[in-house]
This record gives sequence, C-alpha cells and structure tokens, in this order.
Amino acid sequence: MQTFRRYLLASLAFAFLSVAPARAQLTIEIVGGAGTTIPVSIVPFEGELAYPLGVTGIAGADLARSGLFKLVDYSGIAPRPSRAEDVRAADWRARGADAVAVGTMRPLSDGRVEVRFALVDTVKQTVLANQIYTVTPAQFRATAHKIADVIYEKLTGDPGVFSTRIAYVTKQGSRYSLQVADADGYEPQTIVSSNEPLLSPRWSPDGTRIAYVSFEQKKPVVYVQSLTTGTRQSVANFRGSNSAPAWSPDGRRLAVTLTRDGGSQLYLMNADGSDVRRITQSNAIDTEAYFMPDGGSLLFTSDRGGSPQIYRLNVANGAVERLTFEGSYNVTPRPLPDGRGMIFVRREGGRFQVASMDFDSRQVQVLTQGPLDESPSVAPNGKLVIYANEQGGRGVLAAVSTDGSVRQRLVSPATDVREPAWGPLPRS
Amino acid sequence: MRKFAFAALVAVVLAGCQTQPSQPTAPIDERSGAGSTSSGTPGASTSGTGGGGVSGSNVPGGGAGGASGNPLRDPNNILSRRSVLFDFDSFVVKDEYRPMIEAHARYLAQNRGARATIQGHTDERGSREYNIALGQRRADAIKRMMTLVGAQDSQIETVSFGKEKPRNPGHDEAAWAQNRRGDIVHAGE
Repeated sequence: MQTFRRYLLASLAFAFLSVAPARAQLTIEIVGGAGTTIPVSIVPFEGELAYPLGVTGIAGADLARSGLFKLVDYSGIAPRPSRAEDVRAADWRARGADAVAVGTMRPLSDGRVEVRFALVDTVKQTVLANQIYTVTPAQFRATAHKIADVIYEKLTGDPGVFSTRIAYVTKQGSRYSLQVADADGYEPQTIVSSNEPLLSPRWSPDGTRIAYVSFEQKKPVVYVQSLTTGTRQSVANFRGSNSAPAWSPDGRRLAVTLTRDGGSQLYLMNADGSDVRRITQSNAIDTEAYFMPDGGSLLFTSDRGGSPQIYRLNVANGAVERLTFEGSYNVTPRPLPDGRGMIFVRREGGRFQVASMDFDSRQVQVLTQGPLDESPSVAPNGKLVIYANEQGGRGVLAAVSTDGSVRQRLVSPATDVREPAWGPLPRS
Repeated sequence: MRKFAFAALVAVVLAGCQTQPSQPTAPIDERSGAGSTSSGTPGASTSGTGGGGVSGSNVPGGGAGGASGNPLRDPNNILSRRSVLFDFDSFVVKDEYRPMIEAHARYLAQNRGARATIQGHTDERGSREYNIALGQRRADAIKRMMTLVGAQDSQIETVSFGKEKPRNPGHDEAAWAQNRRGDIVHAGE
C-alpha cells in the first residue's frame, strides 16, 4: 500500500508538471542518490489547484531531483493542513516525515496572488520558516523554486540553488547556440547563436553579463554580453588566439589567455577590455585561469613542468605554486565557493574524469567515471558539479554532488550539448 | 507557453526583500560571412578557409584557377597542399612536411604583400581550452619553420581552433590522427 501511495504521489507530481504550459528543453534525472535522504512532505497548498502550474509539484521535483530528499506521501491526512498551526506533528512523524511544508494561494483584487508557506519540523515541533510572497501568476515558477530553496536551506544548512540558472552551448548541425535556462532545465533562452563554435561561457559574479569565446571571426575572440540588454562587446581580439575568460569576484576584471606575445599566457584586463597586462611569464602554455573566491589568487593550467598541471598564482606578487602532482594530465581548475578546494579534470589511463581536491589535505577524490568528461562547473552552494561528457557520439550534460554520492543526467532531446556554466545565486 | 519564457526573468516579489527587475534577453543572431557548412566532405572546416573550393585538405582544391596562373590553386603545385599532421601530444613538425612548408614560406618571401594564417587543431580528447593552447603550439611550430626560410613574422598570423573544427568527426584513432593538424590558409581564400 505504501508503494502504491508513493506511485500515486509521483504520478501526481508528474501530472502537475505535465499540465504546466512551459516545456523543458533539458530534463534532469536522478541516476544515483545519496545514501541517506531527508524525508519531507510537501502538502499541496490550499487554493493551488486554481492555477495550472502546480507550485508544490515544482518545489517537490526540485527537492527530489537534488537526491538529498525523499518526498513523503501526504494523502490520507484529513483535514489537509494549510497553516503551520494545523500541522499535527505526530501524524506526520508516524508516516516518516521529518518536516512538512504547507501553504495557501489566495487571489488578490489586483490580479496578483498571495502565496503563504510554512515549514514545520515535526520532530522538534517548531516552525522553521514562515513566508508570504505576493506574486503575479507569471512568477509562480520562480516562487516554487524559492520555496524549494527555503526548504533546502532550513533542512540541510546550505543555500539552495533551485533559483539559479545555467548556461550551456548547443550544437545542431553546424549551428552553435549559447543558451541560458533555469537550473531545472526549463525556459531556455538563446543568448547568441552562430555558424561558428562558441565556448567557455562565464557568468559575471552578479549574473548580469556573460563572457564567452566565439569563432565567428575565424579565430577565437572573447566577448562580454549583457544579459539584460543583449548588447555585447569584443573585449579581447588581439593577434593570435584569445580565450579562457575568467571574472574577478568583484566583476571588474577578466583574466584571459592571449597568444599575442608568442605563446599562450595569462593576462588581466578590465571587463571592457582596457588596461591589459600580462601576469604569467613562462615559455610554456599557461591557460584556464579561474579566480579564487577571495580574488587574491587564481588557479590555472600550465605545462611549465613538462605536463599539464594545475597551479595557483598570487595576483599581487606573481608567486606561483603547483597544486597537482599525481598523474600527467590535470586541467580545468574550478575553485569551490568556500575556497577550501577545487574541482578539476584529470586523465588517468586514457580516461578523462572529474575530480576534487581539498587544499589542506591535498587529497584527490575522483567523482566521475569518464571516459570523456570535461568542462566542470560548480554550483554556487558548492554542493553540485555540472559537467559535459559524450554518450553515443554526442555531447550530453551530467551532474554529480561534490561528495560523489548523487548523480544526475541532463537529457536534451535533439542537440549536442556542452560547456555548462552554473550561474550565481540570485541577489535578493 | 512562451510567455513563461519572459516570466522566468521577472523577479519574484518577496515580502521584505528587494525586487530585481530584469528585462528579457535579446538574442543576437550571428551568421558568419564566408561560407558556412561545407557540402560533401564530412567534418571539413570551411570557416577560415573561406571561399569556394579550398577545403584545407591535401586533396587539391577545385574551383577556378587550375593551372592558369595562381600557384596556390594549382593541383600540380605543392602550394595547393595545406595540412600538416601531428602525432598525439606533439607539436613536432615531421620531416615529410618540410618541403611543403618551405614552399609556402618561399611564396610569402617572394610576395611581401601576401599574408597567411596558420590554423592549429587538436583531436577531440581533453579540455577545450587547453586544446586551444595545444593547437596554437602546432600553428606556431609551422610558422617558426616558415620564418626560418624567409617569410616575415608580420605576414603570418597563428590561431587555434582547438578541437572545435575536426576534419573527421569520428571517435577513433584514425579520425583523431586526421584532426591533429595545422592548416595553412592564404589571405583572400
């Protein structure tokens, strides 16, 4: 009977998603889950059925997809609670829910809707969250993600990333398209499209601009484009190749790889391309710069030691420290938001895999299997890594939790997808 | 359905929190000038090789010119050959390509107004950005050989496509070997 109820719950959640008019271009599926999950029940809000989108279904799907939560069936508890004070904790503990989310949706006279939501801890019998949102129906999807973020944060201690966006490049035939979608794959928007390759999308720290590399001029050139106005500027188009843009945490500068002085070296410039100065001086390849969260140093890839390895550069004094010593191919460093480690790509036995390193212990943990994994990007809460790999001859995206326990597959119906970049937490 | 596309960018108004208005993004549609997709040869890159006929492969290009004057297009002339293939993880120019590279260098030396671009490429394995740097090394190695034989530094620009423009879209060693290459492209092609 429990299995039937779970199936019913899942079908209802799916039904809510199916009737929603928006369609995801990327669907995200859990492939492997965390060992222990937090059981939470999300009771459909009173008044929710008047609106087709299914706010609690979206929030529930967010939490389920994270791999950290188990959705507990809410049916059979009557009357259905819609406020914190209506929740009888013992009933919910009895069916295994550690927390219950309840709420109401009430239309206002101006066409907006008041969404009230409360999260109750059934074990401690406390109210963990009590929120009121006044939104238009067009904002329901964003509100559902916001509710999922609150539940995630209250129950795990970490910020949720359900309200973030991801950028990625699609290739269909010879047509390349840089797209931005919600973190659940919905509402993809084309930022730029081209008959020539696009790569290395990089979000500005405030999420209003994207830097990227385009080959439309028959060579790699770095552009910065505003997501609010759509206008863009070519910020690095020097002789030779211009690539690998990386934003400083204050959003005012970019590190880039230029070959204008001979080999691939790192340069710093203002975000508008002015005031360019070289910051590495080697006869080797120096590339793939990525700023550490405090902005005082950046990680980069260099083969100055004879093979591609990851180094850290102190921006102020130019001091360089090597970080990777295992194996002959360690590239694409991506710092964790807390600055205590990094995600990167290594080649081992011919397989390219995503791995993590803790800077204190210098221990490496392999997170993915390969064989052709690339372009990892870390979620702004430091808990998930989205990356690209190849399956059946075409590029697909996948995600793995930074502890390796949760795996997701991002399915796109038609296209070859690559170069994911996770956007910042929304500012609010 | 599409109204929700804009909705996603509209801020959620939260009690006690700031609103963040944002406008819908305006997509930029870029179409590159010179020829886009090639016909016939799978994976052949036409970007950068421009114009009709020259595909950057060792097969002599078609198109006008023939033997009537332009040595770059003459299938009987070594100058119509443009590609240097490289071993895995290597940017060493093998001896077999020396005569071709030196012929291109002499062409530039004898035509001081002529310009060329050398495009470096890698196979599909590994980091895209690191492969741009590796492809650049290959292009630079070819350029170095050319400047030793009389071409001027200012006549040659080296760029890299990394792994973005494979000649062969396959996923095996035979395909990879064709993709690890440098292509010599003369201005106006």
